[in-house]
Amino acid sequence: MIVAVASGKGGTGKTTVAVNLALALGKVQLIDCDVEEPNAYILLKPKIREEKKVYALTPAIDDAKCTHCGKCAEHCLYHAIFVTASGTLVFPELCHSCGLCVLVCPEAAITEERRQIGVVKKGSAGSIDLVYGELNVGEPMAVPVIRAVKKEIGKTEDVLIDVPPGASCPVVASVYGSDFVLLVTEPTPFGLHDLKMAVEVLRTLRIPLGVIVNQAGVGDRGVHEYCEEEGVPVMLEIPHSRRIAELYSLGIPFSLEMTEWRERFQKLFEDVKERTNC
Amino acid sequence: MERTVPEALRRRQGADELLKQITVISGKGGTGKTTLTASFAALAGNVVVADCDVDAPNLHMLLKPEVMSTQEFKGGKKASIDETKCTKCGECEKNCRFGAIKALKVDRVLCEGCSVCAYVCPAGAVELREEVSGYAYVSKTAYGFMSHARLSPGEENSGKLVSIVRQNARNIAEDNGVEVVLNDGPPGIGCPVIASLSGVDVGVVVVEPTLSGIHDMERALKLLDHFQVFPVICINKYDINVDNAQKIEAFCKDNDVDVAGKISYDQLVLKAMVSGKAVLEYSPRSKVSREIEMVWRKVAKGIEN
Repeated sequence: MIVAVASGKGGTGKTTVAVNLALALGKVQLIDCDVEEPNAYILLKPKIREEKKVYALTPAIDDAKCTHCGKCAEHCLYHAIFVTASGTLVFPELCHSCGLCVLVCPEAAITEERRQIGVVKKGSAGSIDLVYGELNVGEPMAVPVIRAVKKEIGKTEDVLIDVPPGASCPVVASVYGSDFVLLVTEPTPFGLHDLKMAVEVLRTLRIPLGVIVNQAGVGDRGVHEYCEEEGVPVMLEIPHSRRIAELYSLGIPFSLEMTEWRERFQKLFEDVKERTNC
Repeated sequence: MERTVPEALRRRQGADELLKQITVISGKGGTGKTTLTASFAALAGNVVVADCDVDAPNLHMLLKPEVMSTQEFKGGKKASIDETKCTKCGECEKNCRFGAIKALKVDRVLCEGCSVCAYVCPAGAVELREEVSGYAYVSKTAYGFMSHARLSPGEENSGKLVSIVRQNARNIAEDNGVEVVLNDGPPGIGCPVIASLSGVDVGVVVVEPTLSGIHDMERALKLLDHFQVFPVICINKYDINVDNAQKIEAFCKDNDVDVAGKISYDQLVLKAMVSGKAVLEYSPRSKVSREIEMVWRKVAKGIEN
């Protein structure tokens, strides 16, 4: 079973939930898809066994063959190629590696070369297998690195996916193919607003979901009222607690110190299993 | 009134030299970017505010903009196959690098709209359709003009929509003689964040004193350095972990980065949000408001130099 932990709004506690759930389950694969700001490894401190570079293909122009006809630039929908009378320029950060320029070039002057845009790291912390990615600073496109991280998903164990914040393409790429999504939110107007956007994305993707309310007790009742109206189950509430915040600030998963939570996270996973019939 | 082209151009060039831009980022989400931006707007007086977090915008909930104009955003195209023309040759599926065509059906979620499928189709059965994937707004608030947007959930090209939001902000600033644009950035360091940094004078990094916060701040600072944006640090909720706050200050000292100030953890901030107000409006005389004011003064000084 693949369970993703997402949120819409940033900083609501996705990584905290994903890591504590992983620790409660023991044997599980945790896939951190927040390649812009990966944080799960900070809490889990894994031993890294393997590193793989992630490449994007970008066009390379053979100046000897190029006639500056401009067909490549005309076809490229990402405006990644610019042709002048004197030369053809490629803007690799805009390129989506679709390969269309290679297909349209009448002179066969375009080949593709690999450009490193990030890295995937694999390691383990106890019996948890952790895979995470890092997008190189300055590179705009997170999705190819997210895909490379997700290629490491194994077939035998249960899988948890830590999803980046937001509601656009990196979120879609991360949750795609999951059996269930846990949406972590805070009971505030910002939390509710972004939760609604996340729910909309998941409903379009037809992935079943449940909500975890973090920092319960602060804010207002908006999130609870919304969940009731929409028939979205609130599957766990984590109270607002100075102790939890302090442990987080030190990089310590709170269930290691507050051991009664271990069972609650195990129960949460059982509930998810029941809801998905996995 | 119609303007002649050269006049309009001259005006734009002059305004660009004068216009100062600030972007608030953080790397990690939820550190207080929007809370601070709203209060900065309340303090600044004469700024145009732009919400560059187009996938999960929140600033409008504090600034309550009154929308003056709305524009459709067409982010990208999606392929669609006309079954009556399709000869089932499979070329589209073979050439699609995104795995978006399976059994001659387009998976709209995976499709990146590159048009390779349309190009290789010998029967002309594939068409790329442009769809509305969001809206950009220009609005008025109690503190001045605001440019913002909403990307439809799950859509692509948030960077492109951010660029539109920023262009709209520059245009209103120019038309109204406003000299500062204040951008509320998205979390992360990827495409929409990069789009919210181009041509910016000062990048304010809001960091919380947690190990994750520090890690993400370091990546955010590298990003500012990469795009040559002058960095300023603001430590939010510093008293959650005073040791970590000191580590951040030491790091900034070693790396020659200014710390504009430290803001205490205060439940008032959350109460202000629940009541839909900027902290400075909700409780202007509180300690936390004074701390925010100190930070704003330093940031404002930063754009003067």
